[in-house]
Amino acid sequence: MDSFVILVQQLINGLSLGSIYALIALGYTMVYGIVKLINFAHGDILMVGAYTGFYVLHAMGPSPVALLLAFSASMALCAVLGMTIERFAYRPLRSAPRLNSLITAIAVSLILQNGARVLPFVGPNPRQYPTMQTVNISAGGFGISNIQITVLLVSVILMIILNYIVNWTKIGKAMRAVSYDLKAASLMGISVNRVIAFTFALGSVLAAAGGILFATAYPQIDPTMGAMPGLKAFVAAVLGGIGSIPGAMLGGYILGVAETMTKGFLSSQFSDAISFGILILILLVKPTGIMGKKDRIKV
Amino acid sequence: MNVDKRIKSFLLLTVVSALVIIVPAILINRSIIDGYVAQIITLAGINAIMAISVNIICGITGQLSLGQAGFMAVGAYTTIWLTQVAHLPLPLSIAAGGLMAAFMGFLIGFPTLKLSGDYLAIVTLGFGEILRVVFVNLKSVTGGPNGKQFTTLLAARADYAWLTVIGVLVLLVVVLQNFLRSTYGRAIFSVREDEIAANSSGISVFRYKMTGFVIAAFVAGIGGALYAPFIGFVKPDLSSFNRSVDYLIYVVLGGMGSITGSILAAFILTYLQEFLRFLQEYRLLFYPLILILVMLFRPQGLLGMKELSFVRLFDRLGALRRTSDGKKK
Amino acid sequence: MAKKSEASRHGFRIPDVLLNVEDISIVFGGLRAVSNFSCRLKKGELVGLIGPNGAGKTTVFNMLSGVYTPTEGEILFTDKNGRTVQVHNRKPHQLAKLGIARTFQNIRLFGNLSVLDNVLIAMHMQRRIGPLDAIFRTPAFYRDDERLRKKAVELLELFRIADKQDESASNLPYGEQRKLEIARALATDPALLLLDEPAAGMNPQETRELMELISFIRKRFDLTILLIEHDMKLVMGICERLIVLDYGRVIATGVPEEIRDNPAVIKAYLGEEAMIDA
Repeated sequence: MDSFVILVQQLINGLSLGSIYALIALGYTMVYGIVKLINFAHGDILMVGAYTGFYVLHAMGPSPVALLLAFSASMALCAVLGMTIERFAYRPLRSAPRLNSLITAIAVSLILQNGARVLPFVGPNPRQYPTMQTVNISAGGFGISNIQITVLLVSVILMIILNYIVNWTKIGKAMRAVSYDLKAASLMGISVNRVIAFTFALGSVLAAAGGILFATAYPQIDPTMGAMPGLKAFVAAVLGGIGSIPGAMLGGYILGVAETMTKGFLSSQFSDAISFGILILILLVKPTGIMGKKDRIKV
Repeated sequence: MNVDKRIKSFLLLTVVSALVIIVPAILINRSIIDGYVAQIITLAGINAIMAISVNIICGITGQLSLGQAGFMAVGAYTTIWLTQVAHLPLPLSIAAGGLMAAFMGFLIGFPTLKLSGDYLAIVTLGFGEILRVVFVNLKSVTGGPNGKQFTTLLAARADYAWLTVIGVLVLLVVVLQNFLRSTYGRAIFSVREDEIAANSSGISVFRYKMTGFVIAAFVAGIGGALYAPFIGFVKPDLSSFNRSVDYLIYVVLGGMGSITGSILAAFILTYLQEFLRFLQEYRLLFYPLILILVMLFRPQGLLGMKELSFVRLFDRLGALRRTSDGKKK
Repeated sequence: MAKKSEASRHGFRIPDVLLNVEDISIVFGGLRAVSNFSCRLKKGELVGLIGPNGAGKTTVFNMLSGVYTPTEGEILFTDKNGRTVQVHNRKPHQLAKLGIARTFQNIRLFGNLSVLDNVLIAMHMQRRIGPLDAIFRTPAFYRDDERLRKKAVELLELFRIADKQDESASNLPYGEQRKLEIARALATDPALLLLDEPAAGMNPQETRELMELISFIRKRFDLTILLIEHDMKLVMGICERLIVLDYGRVIATGVPEEIRDNPAVIKAYLGEEAMIDA
């Protein structure tokens, strides 16, 4: 009976954590699908989003209105940041060997992390995140907090909006076209640069939201906070099938639940290692991921 | 190359190597080079070995690996364990450290290198970080997060440290250059240049990717195996991603594909690291910024894929001397 | 001399057939890119594979050279020992060892390496030394290195690019890059050579030289050649036999003269209007 309670509780926790991983994984998968680049800096956009939210909430105090403002401000800022990074660090290297772009992405990530450290108003020390009163709703031995409900709700709403954008709008269609075949799409009159910029912006918006949600759930922020969740979200994207949007959502949830289950039944020390274990496993068994398709090289 | 030229380059390189290894050791021994400087230049030697390891897999085989520091840690801890627990003599432990790292490289490379190159980056990144977690938890072997002491002769005697580290460095460079300037080296280069064409030309791309990866892991293992006795202290964060990136920066700046470039960059940057201490926190911002600038404006780094050749340098000096003699007449 | 009867599924006994392609098809997602392609290449033949753009010619090549695996059908090849082997499930480097070499539609040279190195790499399979010889620089190493270099330079001389052997492959003018690709393919000592649009981007003079070169290497190296080409002068000029592909299917085979007047072929290339005029 006891294990059952832990199971359900960790399932709830896992869905909440998984929502955050899914939001971030979506950014990775969209960018990879469109320019075949692993955006190492993506996790750090999460950090920038969290800090932006921090300053808003710090100034206005934790209230629903402030939270809304925090989301808006950080999403806007991160969208601009994402597009700027793409424009100045990635676009010039689009025709260069892949190795160069990957290295640049790593460098951007480090600049964001260390830049935050040296900025006087940020600093390397962790800060406490202003959150609202935690209200727990319990039923039958397991409970869910208002924070977890918020996380789930906000994530699901954002994912629905994303789904709408990608599948029902013109720009979404353009995104899908460019991810299939960049050259053909540009020959069809699609402005590839604008579509790529939009994709980065979209991914960054989700990462910003993910950052605030993450900070709300685990209320300690520091400049390197984005590294681990970013890495795990990437594993989630690979698990679901890199380049596949439903795959990223699926992968995020699976990873979140796997992590909380490990915390609940094994040990919290190994919860970090479990995500890499899953990575190795999926690469051995089905490297294209759960929903991925084999990428044919044109010779 | 005809036999005369071969003998000439062999002699020249032997003399240069001997000088490079022995002279500073003597200077250190006589305290002409003080202990602090000796530490820095020997550390530079270890960094050079690590940079070479990164270069082998990234610059020469063309595959992005972000976990060479992980192999370094494997080498370090293996050496410590074999010396302290199994009571093996240090030279043997060092060699075994390299082999253990090579073995781990084989295990990780085998499933991963069959896939496209992006996966290797993520797997090696994860490898380094998981290893860190594992080492933190294996308190009995590694001493946990506080690290492990490893006092040896090398930590005590700076001249022995220099001799060992630079001796190994020179040996590695010689063996590597011989291997790379052969049909085997060309096979590995072809993998970097165009995998599909390499396959069609009869090169088993998977096999040579594995070769490059395992050799790189071995070299990193040796680097770690030398680091442990020299520094005398090892912490689990030796295998961290940040350290792997540091070595990657050396290679990018020196030129991906140039072994001499990596050595040069390692020495210059290790020295600069000390020199720039006054920058404090801004130092952490400095390096990635340089990295981006290099990637955008001079991606081939210092030497690109070319190697510094002592033989060519010698010939050119000889030619200069001859013309000046001619002028005198 | 009585001809042996047609083969059963697992082995053919027509002695001079080098390549036997039996009914291969390949499906990408929902698209059937190539359907039921069959052909038989006799030793020493020079056959052309032609068809409008997008007909699936390079896809066929990719299946013959191991880059793609056909979803249906078999490919059988006679190796250098005279044995018949299945090759449709093998990887490109294995096929290279068996004796199938190819060039690419978009040139794929090892750009940063020298012209000589490009050819030497293709000779790696023919080395007689091991890695230890390289590391310890044994006399055997120098001898083998010399042997392979000599062979490589001779090959480059045949193609008249030996004077540029130390130049970066990417620095060569376009026509010479194409020649280098062919030289590299030849360096693998193949029995079957697949040339994918060797004359692409060449002017009439270069095309004429290429035609002579192809005829020459065919005789010199005892090759069987299958080539994809759009340049009709070259195709009509040197091919003994043609296979015409359209929408992934074979629509005609025969000697060039027949193919030239074949209505189905004309329709495929030029559309219905041309039929009315003809």
